[in-house]
Parts: sequence; C-alpha cells; structure tokens
Amino acid sequence: MTDTDQTAPALVDVTLRVNGVEHTRTVEPRRLLSDFLRHDLRLTGTHVGCEHGVCGACTVLVDGDPMRSCLMFAVSAQEHELTTVEGLGTQEAMGPVQQAFVECHGLQCGFCTPGFVTTISAFIEENPDPTLEEAREAISGNLCRCTGYQNICKAVVRAAEIRRERSTSSTEAGERA
Amino acid sequence: MSRLSQRPDDAVVGRALRHESADLHVTGRALYTDDLHPRTKDVLHAWPVQAPHAHALVTDLRVAPALEVPGVVRVLTAQDVPGTNDGGIKGDEPLFPSEVCFHGQAVCWVLGETAEAARRGALAVEVDYDALPSTLTLAEAIAAESFQGAQPTVQRGDAPSALERAAHVFHGETEMAGQEHFYLETNAALARVEDDGRVFVESSTQHPTETQEIVAHVLGLQSHEVTVQCLRMGGGFGGKEMQPHAYAAVAALGARLTGRPVRLRLNRTHDLTMTGKRHGFHARWRVGFDDEGHLLALEATLTSDGGWSLDLSEPVLARALCHVDNAYWIPDVRLTGRVARTHKTSQTAFRGFGGPQGMLVIEDVLGRCAPLLGIEPHELRRRNFYVDGQTTPYGQVITQADRVRRAWDQVATDGDLDRRRAEVAEFNSTHEHARRAIAVTPVKFGISFNLTAFNQAGALVHVYKDGSVLVTHGGTEMGQGLHTKMLQVAATTLGVPLQLVRLAPTRTDKVPNTSATAASSGADLNGGAVKDACEQILDRLAQVAGERLQVPAAAVRVVDGVVVAEGTDETLSWAELVHTAYFARTQLFAAGYYRTEGLHWDSSVMQGSPFKYFAHGVAATEVEVDAFTGAHRTLRVDIVHDVGDSLSPLVDVGQIEGGFVQGAGWLTLEDLRWDTGDGAGRGRLATASASTYKLPSIADLPEVLNVTLLSRAHEEGAVYGSKAVGEPPLMLALSVREALRQACAAFGASGTSVDLPSPATPEAVFWALQEARTGARAQGHVDPGAGPTPALPDPDAPERRPESEVAVDDLAGA
Ligand code: FES
Ligand code: FES
Repeated sequence: MTDTDQTAPALVDVTLRVNGVEHTRTVEPRRLLSDFLRHDLRLTGTHVGCEHGVCGACTVLVDGDPMRSCLMFAVSAQEHELTTVEGLGTQEAMGPVQQAFVECHGLQCGFCTPGFVTTISAFIEENPDPTLEEAREAISGNLCRCTGYQNICKAVVRAAEIRRERSTSSTEAGERA
Repeated sequence: MSRLSQRPDDAVVGRALRHESADLHVTGRALYTDDLHPRTKDVLHAWPVQAPHAHALVTDLRVAPALEVPGVVRVLTAQDVPGTNDGGIKGDEPLFPSEVCFHGQAVCWVLGETAEAARRGALAVEVDYDALPSTLTLAEAIAAESFQGAQPTVQRGDAPSALERAAHVFHGETEMAGQEHFYLETNAALARVEDDGRVFVESSTQHPTETQEIVAHVLGLQSHEVTVQCLRMGGGFGGKEMQPHAYAAVAALGARLTGRPVRLRLNRTHDLTMTGKRHGFHARWRVGFDDEGHLLALEATLTSDGGWSLDLSEPVLARALCHVDNAYWIPDVRLTGRVARTHKTSQTAFRGFGGPQGMLVIEDVLGRCAPLLGIEPHELRRRNFYVDGQTTPYGQVITQADRVRRAWDQVATDGDLDRRRAEVAEFNSTHEHARRAIAVTPVKFGISFNLTAFNQAGALVHVYKDGSVLVTHGGTEMGQGLHTKMLQVAATTLGVPLQLVRLAPTRTDKVPNTSATAASSGADLNGGAVKDACEQILDRLAQVAGERLQVPAAAVRVVDGVVVAEGTDETLSWAELVHTAYFARTQLFAAGYYRTEGLHWDSSVMQGSPFKYFAHGVAATEVEVDAFTGAHRTLRVDIVHDVGDSLSPLVDVGQIEGGFVQGAGWLTLEDLRWDTGDGAGRGRLATASASTYKLPSIADLPEVLNVTLLSRAHEEGAVYGSKAVGEPPLMLALSVREALRQACAAFGASGTSVDLPSPATPEAVFWALQEARTGARAQGHVDPGAGPTPALPDPDAPERRPESEVAVDDLAGA
C-alpha cells in the first residue's frame, strides 16, 4: 500500500448478514470483507493466503456466488447474503463438500480447504454431476501448496455424488411422508 | 524383525485413515496461530519498518513521528532489547540491525491498537540510510569471493588421476534457482505475559524449542520462563524451521514491554520479502566415464546462495554434498561446497534441505553427457546404480540397492515404458513442431539429521482414569499427517481403539529440548518416543492385569481395547483395567524417549554413517513440448516409492503426490526474480506476490499421475517398519526436468546435448530447443576434456565444528 495519509478515516457502521445471522460492527470504511469476517466477527474459518485475489483461500459465497473476500470491502457486502465455510455445515452435520474432503483425504495442512469448500459448494449447485474434467476446471482458480490436487479433484466428484444421494433420499423421505 | 519395527496383527498403523483434524478443517473450526488474536482481549498488532536498500548503514532512526499517529502505542528498537539483539542461533542475525543486509529487512517494529494503525505508524518512522555497494547474484558473489562459513569437502580416492585415466571426460557448469516456500499460512506469532513475567508464545513454528531459546535470549530470560506452543501450521516445508524465531521474539518483546498481548503476522508481501527461501546453487564439475558409460570420477564445487546470514546454510550444504551421488556409484570423488554471502533474504531449509540441489547436479551431468556418450539416458542411469556393499562418497554402506532396481523395473512395467517409448518416437517423427520424451530418474535420500545429536525425541503419554489417552510429543503438525501417524502408533502400542486416543498441541513445557520437525524424521523420532512411553505404561498395566487374571504379566495382551491373557478365557476391558490399576496405585503416565541408534558423523572430515536408512523412489515422466512457445505439458507420471511398511497409506500417498508437484513447481514454473540492476530498486524481490510468483495450480498437473508404494519394503530400523516420506518424493520431479531436456534434444540431430536452465520455464525451454534445433552451442555447454579445476576450498575458511559434535567429543575425551 502506498498511501501516506496518516489520519485514520472516520469509522462507519457496517451490517452484514452472514450464515443467516445479522451482525453490525463499527469499522474503518476500507475494512476488507476478509478482515471483517475474521477479526470483527471471529469467523476465522475464512483464511487469508495471498491478500491478492490469487489463491482463493478467502473465498466466501455472496448470494451463493464464490467471491474473494480479500478483494471486497465489508461495506460493499451489505445487502447481500453471505455464507462462509462455517455456514456450510458442522462436524455433526457436514455439507456434502465437507464430507467429501474428509473421505477423500482432500487436505493436508487444511489452510486452503475453506476456500475450496466454498468454491466447490457453489459449483456443484450449478453442476450436480460434473465430469473429472469439469471438476478440474472448477478448482483451477484455487491454490493448494500441499496436496498436489489429486484428492481435491476426487472430492469434487464425490461431493456431487453425496449431494445427489442426499437429495434422492430426502425426496424419497418426502414421498413416504 | 527388530522390536521397534515389529507390527502386531490388526495394527492401527497401516490403516488408510483420514487426517486426524479433517472434521475441524472442513468446517473452518481448526485454529491456526493467527486465528487466536480475535479471541484474545487488548491485543496489539506489530508492523515492520522495512529498509529500501539491499545494503546500507542505518545512520539515524526517528520514531517520534510514529508515536503521533493515532493508535500507535510503541515502537520497538534495538535499545529495547534486554537480552541479545539477535534472532538466530549463530549470532549473525541482528533483530534490529544497524547495518541493513537485504532489501526489505526490518529495522524496527511498530505496535498499534490495530494493524492499520501500526502500518500507518511504520510509514511515519523516519530512517536515514547510508547506502553501500551490494552483492546480489551467485556470479557476483563468486567473482568477489564473498563467502561465509565452512567450505567442506567430501572426498574418496583420487579424482584428478581417475579423470586422467578415463576414456571420456567432460566438464560443465550447472545452475539452479531457489524456491519460495509459499506455505499458505504466513508466519505468525501471538505473545502474552503471565502474572510473574513469564512469556507464553503461540507460534507457527516447526521448531518450538528453538523458538523458545531465541525468545529467551532476546528477552534475557531462562528457557523455563518461556513457553512456546504450536497448534498447527498452514504449511511449513522447512520455511518455518528457523524463520519464525525472530518474529516470535519481536512479539514477545512487545508483550514484555507493554504488558499486553502482541500479535505479529507477516502479510504475504512481508513474508515473501523478509523470509528465507530454498538456496539456489551453482556447480562447476568435471566427470569421467569408461567406454561402457560407467562413472569413474567426479569433481565438483557447489556454491549455494546463502543470502545475508548463515542460518541453516551449512547443514543444507552438507546434505547437498551427501546427495550428489544420488543412486550412483562413483569410485573417485571430490565434492567441495561453499556458501556465498549475498544481500538477499537468508536462504534456509526447504523440503529436501540441499538434497534436491545435490541430486540435480548429478542428474544434470548424466542428462547432458548421455547423448555425448551415445547411450540412452535411462540406460546410462541404470548402469551406474549402486550395488549392496558399496559405500557412498562419505562412507556409508549401501544395503538396499535392490529397492531402487525393483522400483525402476516396476515403473518400467506399470508404465509400459517400452511401448510408450516407441509411440513417442513415432509421434516425434510425425510432428514438426512438437516433441515428446519420457525420462526416468531415481531417488535415494538419506533419512536422519546429518548432525547426529538432533536424532532424538520425547513424548508424554497420559492415561486418565476413564481409560482415555492423551498424547503429547515433540513434533509439530504442518499438514504432513504426523499427528495422525502418532495417534496410530499410540493406539497400536497400547492396543486400544483409535477413538480412545487424543493428541494435544505441541508445547515446550510438555516435551522439552525437541528437535525441529524436519529432515522427514518427525514420524521416525516421535513415533519411537510415543511407542516407548506407551510401552512403559503397558508394562505396568500388564502387572495389574496379570494379578487380576492370574497369569504372568508376560501373558497379557491388549487387543482392540480388550485385555486378554494366554491360557485363560478370562478377559477384562481396557477401562476396567485402568480403573483397577489407578486404585492399585499404578503410574498411568510416562515420558517416552527415543534416539536413533547406529549413527555417527564427523563434520570436519565429512565422513561417517549419518543416515539410519535411505528412502527410495523412481519416477517416469512423459512430457510434450511446443516448438513455437516452449510451452510444455506433463502427460503422464508413474511413481513407485519406498515408504517402508506404510504407517498411514493415505497420508503417505498424499505426501508423494504433493512432494512431486512441489518439486515440479521448483523445476519448471516457480521463478524467483530479484532486481539485479544498478537502479534505486537494486536488491528488491521482484516476485513479491502470488500474481508474479507462479505456483503450480491444478492446470499444471500431470494428466495422469500414478503412485504406487513399493512392496516388500519393511524397514528394520524404524517404528513399525515404516520409512520417512516428507522430503524424498520432491526429488522424483527431477524426471520432469530430464524429460524436458530430452524433448528439447529431440528437436536436434541425434547426439544433441541440451543445457537446460532451472527452472525450465516455457521461456527457458524455448531457447533450449531453439539451440538444439539450430545446432548452436552456447557458452557453458558441456565440453569434452577436463577443463578448469572446480574451485578448491579456501584453506582460510572456518572449520566446521558444530556445537553438537564438540560437546560429545569432550565427553569421549573425558
Ligand atoms: S487471500 Fe484472497 S485470494 Fe488469496
Ligand atoms: S492443504 Fe495445505 S495448502 Fe492445501
């Protein structure tokens, strides 16, 4: 950053809806969404890897679309529905992508994982039955320094499968009801 | 089978288990060091003032303007250091320097109520510099004879005379670039002061004990007043073996001076511009072969780019010299190493620790000489493999040579190499503007720290009254799956289900005096210690069980949580046994200890048996190169790798895949650039962000990547018959580089020798294939004849006598 302006700008109130809950915090107007989530809301599942829009670790869903929270100001995320990795499931009730990552050993250090989980969750919503080729394409914008991507790729396909299984069983359950 | 390596039936080790914290990671609940400060009250944030010169004296430093900035609380400078103003272990890394030695070096740190306030404060600090001339590149350093540290030589026989007798003699130079770790989590620390002035530091460190020591010496405290904890790391790769210490020390200093918790997290630009990287190397060599292509002699001088201070450069160099032989028998050898001092970040440990650089030299030599000898590169490599009973140039006996051969043959069969080579030839003869090639390279990598003393570890195992087990050990988790393996070891040794065992974070007040989690040795060393602790507890429990079941203690077994005794049908549950044992006043916790037996090493003569064993692997890689752009694709990779009897196959295969990809990144994509011009930006890291430093993404991955674990690979010398896996697979990626070389050569006449820069970026490949195509010969190509003597060590260079060896010498002398 190159600004040499030493006076801190006036603070503003920012209200965000994250994982279905509304939060208001008073922050600098240029507070990044990633910092707002991590520091102000303590949602530290969103990780910051490059601060540059390249690695994808900070990806969150904005109205269901994957966005890099390090490239977005918190103020501009107002009026949108935000979902972070914490909103995609819990240890007891995992989302399909989360479960697939566990099953497929799709992580090593885990630092890139939340960004993959959010990215892939959005992807399988749109592509419920992706080919391996489409799976590769879907994650080509996220970096992982540990795994060599093989298992992440498998996890994409497996996640879609789990999602389909779940929706069939819930439809069946619905029909029985 | 040794007691250490023997595995019970139905062991928990060997199962393909998920990562122990996978549930936490996928739900965003796993905490890293920098996730703690939002959960901590009254935290101050630290920000560095970075020097804009590669080399300069700090003539004045005015902090007053920073203190005017709202939210700035304090500026830390050299005057504030109560202990030693040094962030390393060699006394050559001032924490607050008066002489700037690289562009971006921190001269002081600002503490603010927010990171933003600290950043503004850092901009306000006024520093006057007196710029000095700088040395940046290896070539400049070699020309200026700017070296640091010892200049060791590994020697056997008489290489110069052997070269005279050799039928074919060549000489050349090899250069390779370094590599940025780019662990996804940057360096971070959070320090706080306890009631009596003790310091507690959370640090993303591979070496908590050394972080503790550095924090203590900077603060002028004793080690027992400092506790360091590492929850986990978002990647380390060696980059957090020494680099975290200084940052932990700054945070701790800030905490001591302000009484408030201090968070120091490097942002990505800080991390790239301030922390050390893999060493780039230069080598000058000459080599002799007989008529059949057998290596007869090699003389080489390797010069590494150490950057501004030594940190781990000497041990990295030692490992490089110990890996120039790779899997090949070279009767007469002289290998000399030097560390250049340049005005760059202090280059440091990185997965392989010099091994990859050493191996690259010999693979480069073989790859360049094969066409000149008229022998296929894979044939030349195979012909030179070690056989059992031969020794390495540093004197270690080879005992598992068959493993390289078996892996080599299996790769050839599984990869269908004969058929595919024919297809490649067919492809090349029918495509004017593209070439394909398949290369096969072996890996033989020594396991153990070169310095014998570091091959020890501790563990603390508690069994609570309800039967649950808590394990603490000295190793740190950075994604390599160490904790998963340690859980498996504990469950196997105690004979209890995995769910009964938990792991606690690594901290220095639980297990003291630990070695770095490095040298791939984490599972070997800590696994030995965990096993030892569990065995002590089990022995005590067996006494109690023996009494209860009325059998001798030796007849008692615990299998999957059920206590059984030979000769009786009576059983007991684990929980019952533990419950009884507690009331019978039995100690249910134990400290375990392990040290690797049979190692010895003398750094002053570079001879000994420093490694417990070697890890082996072979990779066959097929690439395609485009003539117009030099763009290349990796079409298929087949790997057979030796992990002993795997402790955890999913983890191990993951390490192999990840290591290979990281190695391929180093060799073909990742391109560190510094501003080497004479302008104002001289010394600036030009690739200081993820957008200018290209990391492998999935698009750069091989289209087919087959990984197989070598069978019949039991290792006598390690815990439950396993082998270390962290580093060795990285060097399998040398097959990518060799395949690219062969593909470039295929554009030229047969017998074309290609000098391929490293990294072999598309640009580098383009120029290499252009040269092959036109038959042009550039300077620095391999030439026949002995050529100039690779530099001999400077007799005035300091002798290498590591503290660890001196201490034990004294013992022996006493
Ligand atoms: S941190 Fe946002 S893309 Fe890397
Ligand atoms: S698992 Fe470490 S960066 Fe992906």
